[in-house]
Amino acid sequence: MIEPAVLVDGVSKRFRLYHERNQSLKAALMRRRRAIVEEFWAVRDVSLEVPPGSTFGLIGENGSGKSTLMKCMAKILRPDVGSITVDGKVSALLELGAGFHPELSGRENVFLNASILGLRQKEVVEKFDEIVDFAGVEQFIDQPVKNYSSGMYVRLGFSVAINVDPDVLLVDEVLAVGDEAFQRKCNEKFADLREAGKTIVLVSHSMVAVHNLCDQVAWLEHGKVKMLGPARAVVDEYTGALQADREVNEETGTTRWGSGEGRVERVEVLNASGTPVPVVRTGEPVTVRVHYKFTERIEQPVFFVPVNTLDGTNVAGPNTRAGDCVPDSLEGEGHIDFHVDRLLLLPGTYDLSASIVDYSCLHTYDFLKHALRFDVEAGEPRETYGFVSLGGTWQVGAPVARA
Amino acid sequence: MTTLAEYRSSRELLNNLTLRELRSKYKRSVLGWTWSLLNPLATMLIFTLVFRFFLRIEAPVSKSTDLHSFSLYLLCGLLPWNFFVNGVTASMGSLVGNANLIKKTYFPRELLVIAQVNSWIVSLLIEMALLAVGLIVFGNMVLPWLPVAILLMALLAMFVTGLALAFSVLNVYFRDIQHFVGILFQVWFYLTPIVYPLPRVPERADIFGNDLPVRALFHVNPMVDFVEAFRAILYDLQAPSLGILAYLLVVSVVSLVGGMWLFGRLEGKLAEEL
Repeated sequence: MIEPAVLVDGVSKRFRLYHERNQSLKAALMRRRRAIVEEFWAVRDVSLEVPPGSTFGLIGENGSGKSTLMKCMAKILRPDVGSITVDGKVSALLELGAGFHPELSGRENVFLNASILGLRQKEVVEKFDEIVDFAGVEQFIDQPVKNYSSGMYVRLGFSVAINVDPDVLLVDEVLAVGDEAFQRKCNEKFADLREAGKTIVLVSHSMVAVHNLCDQVAWLEHGKVKMLGPARAVVDEYTGALQADREVNEETGTTRWGSGEGRVERVEVLNASGTPVPVVRTGEPVTVRVHYKFTERIEQPVFFVPVNTLDGTNVAGPNTRAGDCVPDSLEGEGHIDFHVDRLLLLPGTYDLSASIVDYSCLHTYDFLKHALRFDVEAGEPRETYGFVSLGGTWQVGAPVARA
Repeated sequence: MTTLAEYRSSRELLNNLTLRELRSKYKRSVLGWTWSLLNPLATMLIFTLVFRFFLRIEAPVSKSTDLHSFSLYLLCGLLPWNFFVNGVTASMGSLVGNANLIKKTYFPRELLVIAQVNSWIVSLLIEMALLAVGLIVFGNMVLPWLPVAILLMALLAMFVTGLALAFSVLNVYFRDIQHFVGILFQVWFYLTPIVYPLPRVPERADIFGNDLPVRALFHVNPMVDFVEAFRAILYDLQAPSLGILAYLLVVSVVSLVGGMWLFGRLEGKLAEEL
């Protein structure tokens, strides 16, 4: 039997809410009755096992207890009931650069922070260059960190934490730091850690990240485990529940949710001459046009046009952030185009959805699911397997002459 | 409370936290470390002026040499006292001041307090070394007494660490403690023979109509015997009695164990209370 990397056994954590905050001695001594205290169970009777080498996601709405549970795993909070056993060295990425002292230099802070996170002095010396290089702050390493930009600050914090080489890494919503290039480095680092058989526990609101990274997911609601299982099943169930207030249009078969400051009015697929068409052909140029309407000015909105097959498989998820085309702000009505020079989708029927999210991709202004259904007919290349053509060409090598 | 093994592995962290305290203490000040020496020197000058020249308090002549200096006599008690006050007061803010660290990372929390005390031990060692130079210049060969001095400083450090642990964790729950401690130390200072020699305290005295054995009551205060022991070896070049040393040992151990016990009981909820 394999020992779990993290074993959470019947854990409950209670917080006390003081109605009159009693931090004065006089109040404590003078009061006749007990302070007015409301107890509140942030985590209630949670049991779960994280298998070693797996990536485990904790999801749930704000206040569902996922961060509290993670803090219990990190030994920052002590559970009131139950126990948590962690096999191996733990490193928690709850807040990057939490231990930095503003007056001290980057170099001094790296050593201090690394030893807070449990790295030996010798190891810090060995990894120092790697840490500084990863964070990209070589030039400023002897400057006090209070002079750092917030980006440099969190990058250095992340770099230290990730280099601690833990057996179990606890990550609380810090994946979304830094610029695009740094995010890519982070994701590579996570992939390396997974590859190296490290156990990762992830708290996130980004269902894309959870879906892509996690093997198993626990969905917490009001401190209890609502659902526990393979990532995809739990994420689907969770997103379904989140959109309880979604607007279903029976007539068109679309579903809509989001906070509503921006709205996807309609989506069109245009052919080469710019005419909306219901059918396109493999290999032809195609434009997807999203008509939007903003009721207020929105900073850096990001547009997604996910393409699904009818059974729900994601085929592609082009977006303006990955495409490096995010306007500083948008307001009013207009449209945004996604041009495809040569459509590589193979014949079949596909659903197009469209969404407008904020730059972190965590907040959804509007999501119009199945905004448009379109067909693809056979064209060039004429392939039949799978959903997409890779657009490659074949070549037969010269036959090897017999000896 | 953490185990001994965890302590050992945390030794490096303790060193780093201590270094952080030392480095940040005088960052961005022009005189930097000189301040830690100017402070006791200024106190010495004021006290000498007021107590020696205005109030005419005489320091006794050394029992082994003919050293007769109020300032040196004063410093022999003042330096350990300053360590005591600074160690406890600064430690008290160490948990509240590092709230973010406590809420976001895990490591043995007592290290924050111990690191703070350690940084003041460093100051004490520097000050005591300079005092030793001064004493030697004025004819007191204190070097043979070095081992006893180190023993006394170790006991005092234990005593201070115990109080620091207790006060720091209590201060998280009741922020009044820091104000209370301010008054406590002021009273405590004058009830410890630092600016005056112990013999000036009467055996019995009539206080608000009550006849009290003042001198005997004085010894309830462990700092009295700490100061007296430091003076014995540094000023008088005489060994303190074994009885006194045993008493100080007991006081230090009780303080340390008590502080650790209290800290261990209350540290569990630190991250939520801060």
